[in-house]
Amino acid sequence: MSSSTSNTSTHHTSTIGAIGAPSRRNTELALLVFAVLIPVFAYANVGLAINDQVPAGLLSYGLGLGLLAGVAHLVVRKFAPYADPLMLPLATLLNGLGLVAIWRLDQSKLLQSIGQAGGKATNQLIYTALGIALFAVVLVFLKDHRVLQRYTYISMVGALVLLLLPLVPGLGANITYGAKIWIQVGSFTIQPGEFAKIVLAIFFAGYLMVKRDALALASRRFMGLYLPRGRDLGPIIVVWMISILILVFETDLGTSLLFFGMFIIMLYVATERTSWIVFGLLMSAAGAVGVASFEPHVKQRVAAWLDPMREYTLSQTVPGHSAQSMQALWAFGSGGTLGTGWGQGHSELIRFAANSDFILATFGEELGLAGLMAILLIYGLIVERGVRTALAARDPFGKLLAIGLSGAFALQVFVVAGGVMGLIPLTGMTMPFLAYGGSSVIANWALIGILIRISDTARRPAPAPAPSPDAEMTQVVRPS
Amino acid sequence: MSELTLTVMRLGFLAVLWLFVIVAVQVIRSDLFGTRVTQRGARREAGRAQQAQRQAPPQQRQQQAAGGRQRRNAPTKLVVSEGTLTGTTVALQGQTITLGRAHDSTIVLDDDYASSRHARIYPDRDGQWIVEDLGSTNGTYLDRTRLTTPTPIPLGAAIRIGKTVIELRK
Repeated sequence: MSSSTSNTSTHHTSTIGAIGAPSRRNTELALLVFAVLIPVFAYANVGLAINDQVPAGLLSYGLGLGLLAGVAHLVVRKFAPYADPLMLPLATLLNGLGLVAIWRLDQSKLLQSIGQAGGKATNQLIYTALGIALFAVVLVFLKDHRVLQRYTYISMVGALVLLLLPLVPGLGANITYGAKIWIQVGSFTIQPGEFAKIVLAIFFAGYLMVKRDALALASRRFMGLYLPRGRDLGPIIVVWMISILILVFETDLGTSLLFFGMFIIMLYVATERTSWIVFGLLMSAAGAVGVASFEPHVKQRVAAWLDPMREYTLSQTVPGHSAQSMQALWAFGSGGTLGTGWGQGHSELIRFAANSDFILATFGEELGLAGLMAILLIYGLIVERGVRTALAARDPFGKLLAIGLSGAFALQVFVVAGGVMGLIPLTGMTMPFLAYGGSSVIANWALIGILIRISDTARRPAPAPAPSPDAEMTQVVRPS
Repeated sequence: MSELTLTVMRLGFLAVLWLFVIVAVQVIRSDLFGTRVTQRGARREAGRAQQAQRQAPPQQRQQQAAGGRQRRNAPTKLVVSEGTLTGTTVALQGQTITLGRAHDSTIVLDDDYASSRHARIYPDRDGQWIVEDLGSTNGTYLDRTRLTTPTPIPLGAAIRIGKTVIELRK
């Protein structure tokens, strides 16, 4: 416990056996230094492997990342002193490794010649700075996450607007990479779905907090499952419809899966009913199969998933087919257990989206299974800290919001990693923090900011309880 | 760049990456917090031994944080040795411990002869633990004398409140 609490601790009582969480800010700082040094090492390694010299930008990139991490740390120290010590270093490490991988792909002549590389790392560093700025804004202005509860239904409208924006004529970006999930603002393209993820989690948390008793208790038992009443099924049907509509009109499997999955996770946590998971899985399976059978874009993705080699062969002759799924698998294969080493792989052969959707293939090739497992573990640790925050949170809204945000984060990692590795059909989502893309980095820093705010509230020592009036009188010992 | 250097860097990077993961997991291990369930009843003795082990690290940290205020043979825990709460222990971490029937007390006494705010135990500026009766109906006894003023507690002395006896132990 820090000295500040031991000074004040004589003023308030504590309950039996409560282990107060210490502030742990110095642990965070030490880990953060470590998390900045690892990407600097990787950066030097890339330069030595490709150009035989330590890259000229080493100092500026290292200082840039270090400065951003330092600012984030100071903001946490000032505005969320009891926050979880791991989330910020873990996110910083992933962001730093992403920067290195993007810079490494920038060096590729092949990618430069098709306009997929060159200066992307600098852009990503700017996006990271914007992300850290939003992170700081969240921590400075969101003093208590329960304020968000007031905006439950505004969040619902906001999330729907964000999701529908790419469909608005004139606003939706003309770049058609299959899915219509971008909007064009000036010379920038934004993926509103990344931000909708956070806003929708706020709506679900606020809604389920109010409705969870009705959803959990009013149900009939049938074949070992609790069947909810018809009218309580309303919201889940609506969310299901929305995710199907996204799938149909934006042809975006990933976003659709993400939102529906997040809702099911939060519904399960709020009601403790396994039947919701069974329903959710059945409904999402039915929806996905149904849409995949008539939507050509989704159909093609499924075909590429079932037989990537056939898709690769077709792509050599027939336009409109993609060789990427097979190429990503080859990248993982050529990486082997220990990888080829930074800068010595050939993941740039994936060409299109090598530094965004397929960045995991670069890690798989150059760091091998060992490195990829470490990266997936780091994602796992972020999710674990989010779930731990939800367990420790004292208010139901904070619990649901923390579980929703960390669940969405985990689902996104699963959807992208599973897609690139060929476990599930490929979707147009980005690996949080690693992949090139402004919206993703900025939105995920905001997500981490909200989780840190909730964990600060959860770990803060409890205030002294209010004095309560007596219920019974004390008996008097009478000397006999 | 020679093949050997690159191989060393490649394996070195993986080692460093995994070292980070391991350090992060160690931080999680040392970051346990929340509610500790105090065991009572039949398996009390075994539970007590386990607890003593488990409580050791946070207490050591506490004592370091206190800046050497506590003496070497300062008590580290308060143990209820008689009454309905027998076996309950509370770690002494520099906080005030209140005893009484009020349910926001540190130790809630289920005892008809205790007042709602019966007594409190707190460390003075030197780290010496003091017991003070808070104007209770039936009084607080240190060994066999009824307390009238805040009194330092010797190690192992019995403090009696109604049917409950507590003592401070190392």
